[in-house]
Amino acid sequence: MTSMLFLANTPVPRDLTLPLPLPEGLLKTLLVIFFLIHILFVNLTVGGSLLVAIFEFLGFKNKKYDALALELAKTVTVNKSLAVVMGIGPLLCINLVYTVQWYGANALTGHAWLLIIPLIITAFLLAYLHKYTWHHWETGIAKRFHWGLVLTSTLLFLAIPFVFLANVNLMHFPSEWEKVKGFFSSLKVGNVFPRYFHFLLASVALTGLAGAGWFWRRIVVDHLDNGMSREELRRLFYQIAALATGLQFIAGPLLLFTLPAVGVTPLLYKIILPSAALGLVLFIVLLKKAKGPDENLGYGYIRLCVFFSVVVLGMGSGRHAYREASLATHQQQVRERTADYQNALTAWNEANPPSEEAEETPEQLFATCAACHAPDSKLVGPPLREIAAIYAGNPDGIVTWAMAPGKKRPDFPPMPPFSHLGPDKLRVIAEYILATAPK
Amino acid sequence: MDFPPYYLDHIAGGRLIIGLIACLHVLINHPLAVGAYPLLTFMEWWAHKHNRPDIDRLAYRITFVVFIVTTSVGALTGVGIWLSTSLFAPFGIGSLLRIFFLGWFAEWLVFISEVVLIMWWFLSWKKADTPEKKRKHIKIGLALSIMSWLTMALIVAVLGFMMNTGDWSQSRAFLDAMTAPLYLPQLGFRTAFAFMTGAVFLWFCTYFFTKKDAAARAWMVERLSHVVLSSMMVLTFFGIWYWFRIPEAMRANQSVALLSMAFVQWKDKFAMLLGWTVGAFLLIAIGGLTVPRLIPRWALLIPTFMGIWLLGHFERAREFMRKPWVIAEYLYSNGVRKDEVRFLQSEGMLAHATYVKHHTVTPENHIEAGKDVFMISCSRCHSTTGINSVLDKFTRMYGPGEWNAGGMVSFLGTMHKTSTFMPPFPGNLAEKEALVSYILDLRKTREPLSGAQATGIRLSDTTSASSKP
Repeated sequence: MTSMLFLANTPVPRDLTLPLPLPEGLLKTLLVIFFLIHILFVNLTVGGSLLVAIFEFLGFKNKKYDALALELAKTVTVNKSLAVVMGIGPLLCINLVYTVQWYGANALTGHAWLLIIPLIITAFLLAYLHKYTWHHWETGIAKRFHWGLVLTSTLLFLAIPFVFLANVNLMHFPSEWEKVKGFFSSLKVGNVFPRYFHFLLASVALTGLAGAGWFWRRIVVDHLDNGMSREELRRLFYQIAALATGLQFIAGPLLLFTLPAVGVTPLLYKIILPSAALGLVLFIVLLKKAKGPDENLGYGYIRLCVFFSVVVLGMGSGRHAYREASLATHQQQVRERTADYQNALTAWNEANPPSEEAEETPEQLFATCAACHAPDSKLVGPPLREIAAIYAGNPDGIVTWAMAPGKKRPDFPPMPPFSHLGPDKLRVIAEYILATAPK
Repeated sequence: MDFPPYYLDHIAGGRLIIGLIACLHVLINHPLAVGAYPLLTFMEWWAHKHNRPDIDRLAYRITFVVFIVTTSVGALTGVGIWLSTSLFAPFGIGSLLRIFFLGWFAEWLVFISEVVLIMWWFLSWKKADTPEKKRKHIKIGLALSIMSWLTMALIVAVLGFMMNTGDWSQSRAFLDAMTAPLYLPQLGFRTAFAFMTGAVFLWFCTYFFTKKDAAARAWMVERLSHVVLSSMMVLTFFGIWYWFRIPEAMRANQSVALLSMAFVQWKDKFAMLLGWTVGAFLLIAIGGLTVPRLIPRWALLIPTFMGIWLLGHFERAREFMRKPWVIAEYLYSNGVRKDEVRFLQSEGMLAHATYVKHHTVTPENHIEAGKDVFMISCSRCHSTTGINSVLDKFTRMYGPGEWNAGGMVSFLGTMHKTSTFMPPFPGNLAEKEALVSYILDLRKTREPLSGAQATGIRLSDTTSASSKP
């Protein structure tokens, strides 16, 4: 048989051999859908938190922004919980479909990966503290401190995605793994930073779009009661969405052109370019709405959301196409390696059936004891010579002791029980000891 | 295991980290979610029925605490168990996800509904200002209570399955795992525990929120005492059932040391802790019913800590009993499958490993190769010089003097028979000798060993995947 050689710097490990619980294609489809649902709430959390920090800051000068910030902060604490709970589905799927690559990336960024938990908990608790102290810390230095809370939680919300992006990015490039020495060096692989800016702008754009819907509801506007009209609010959030979407035409190409070539395929362009074109339409419509008369603000919102969803679906599918293409070779190698190993294992196990335990000779049985008991010297336990002297003519004494031993000698560690061998085998061993021990 | 080894030199297998996260999660989930939600829902219902706004207000205030803690620390420690396990034992969690996908998927859906319901319930509490809306609001609390119990019921199935695979090893069927012998007593025990500790948690909160409201406090203390008493009896029942079921469950698993000393100690300690905990709760409940005014706030901490201790000990059973398996009779705790052991003992583990510097042991590389052997086959449970270190283990056997290399090699060959919680050594003679060389060298140098997360992966220069059988 041939010995397969692969590039020295690309690890091709063996995969788990248990079958996937669902067809692979279905799991990948679910991965994309679940991920997009998850990232929707992540975007709303990150973008929302950022806007709260900005609005509350503007609120120092103009109170109407302060009220707006509070209303938005109330949505952040809900969205952040949904972001976490909706993150489990894609994690389930990615664990199953890309086991080798995903766990590999996790281990390589291990400390950061584990730190996610305390970081998110801190960010969440700060967000709660911020929200529920709003009317308690309203003036002077207390208000500054209060703003410091949202600034801190926002910075955390901005930092945490780096860990996820580093993992999602690193899993694409097993050939680079040998260079990675910890989380920070993993940021040098692939194109984490362009991915990050793309994500950040998407967060702001989506929060803008969501805000344009949320603050159009009369019940919210009445409750807000800060002098801003529905139209004014919707225009503001359309402006935010338009600005972020416009900037995506810098971040998007940057992301695309910095992608390592390994996964760039015509299919990727076929998915990304129409989505980007649709994004351009979206941008123009948002801009028109933001600049146009108030009458235009009242309609077309649902259509914008549909547009936006299609663009997001396109971008999500594009990412998946890139992942598939970049990992195609590695996946194939892993499959072959796993199959080769399994075949060799099966062949070996068939050629070497386990010997019946009943056929074990006294000598083989004694091997268990030999690790601690030598014929004439103290190893872990006393030498056989002493044992044979104590139990001369009394093999059953050895059996009784070995079934449930204790600690007899102060200078020896206690002997573990051997009841799992059963009295019959122990009796064979005892007779063997008495027969072979030096006298 | 054939994954880049995440490894913390002084903590080793991560049992400590996974354990801490998991215990924190359980200690929030059981009292504050499974136990508290139904009790708070009952308070809301009773207050509505008897027109007692003070009780409703108290329920709302306690729910606020519950809401904050469960949706931050509670939810994230749940995810944390997963993230930490995927670092320390990717082979284990990866295999379990494949076997238990439907269970986990269902648990996810229930968890989503739980999170949505707690937010809906808490955030809409004050908006429920008419009897009609209030009735609907109480139903949200009821749904939440059911869902949070259901998440626990599903996840306990996974845990029970890990301890005892039931018929899974033959049929690979999902439902078999749910009917594993320890499932029902464990679920009952946890449910009763949740109510008992949940009641004490509510009681504790009540003392903070009713400083000027003696009527509400008296109302609470009396009812919570009843809850503690009744759930305590249920807990005792399920605790004893569980205690008696363990040997039966273990018997199905021949390789686990049935009479291992540690297990006997565990079992005795469990019985003792169960007794003391029940006693502490009993005392508090009786005090609550007879002399409620005399119970100081701090007294409530005693049964709480006893309960935490008992549950911590209870959770350790799982860790203890599953050894040397991650999945009984299928996967060992070092990531080696049962069907691979003899093959690897004949062929060598290094020949088939990916993240190693050397694929064969030579006189020149034996210490370095031994380090790889340690990382692959020992490092999921043992550290070099820290917690549960290999040096400590051998010192306990061979003492502080000279160690006999031949004896150590011989021990590695039979350690799974003498210490039945150990997996068999999954390599050949040269690898045993290399490992011993490394350990003896480590004893001299005490050189720290770092994992893939710090110094990266180690690959062979001429990596040849031994597809050559």
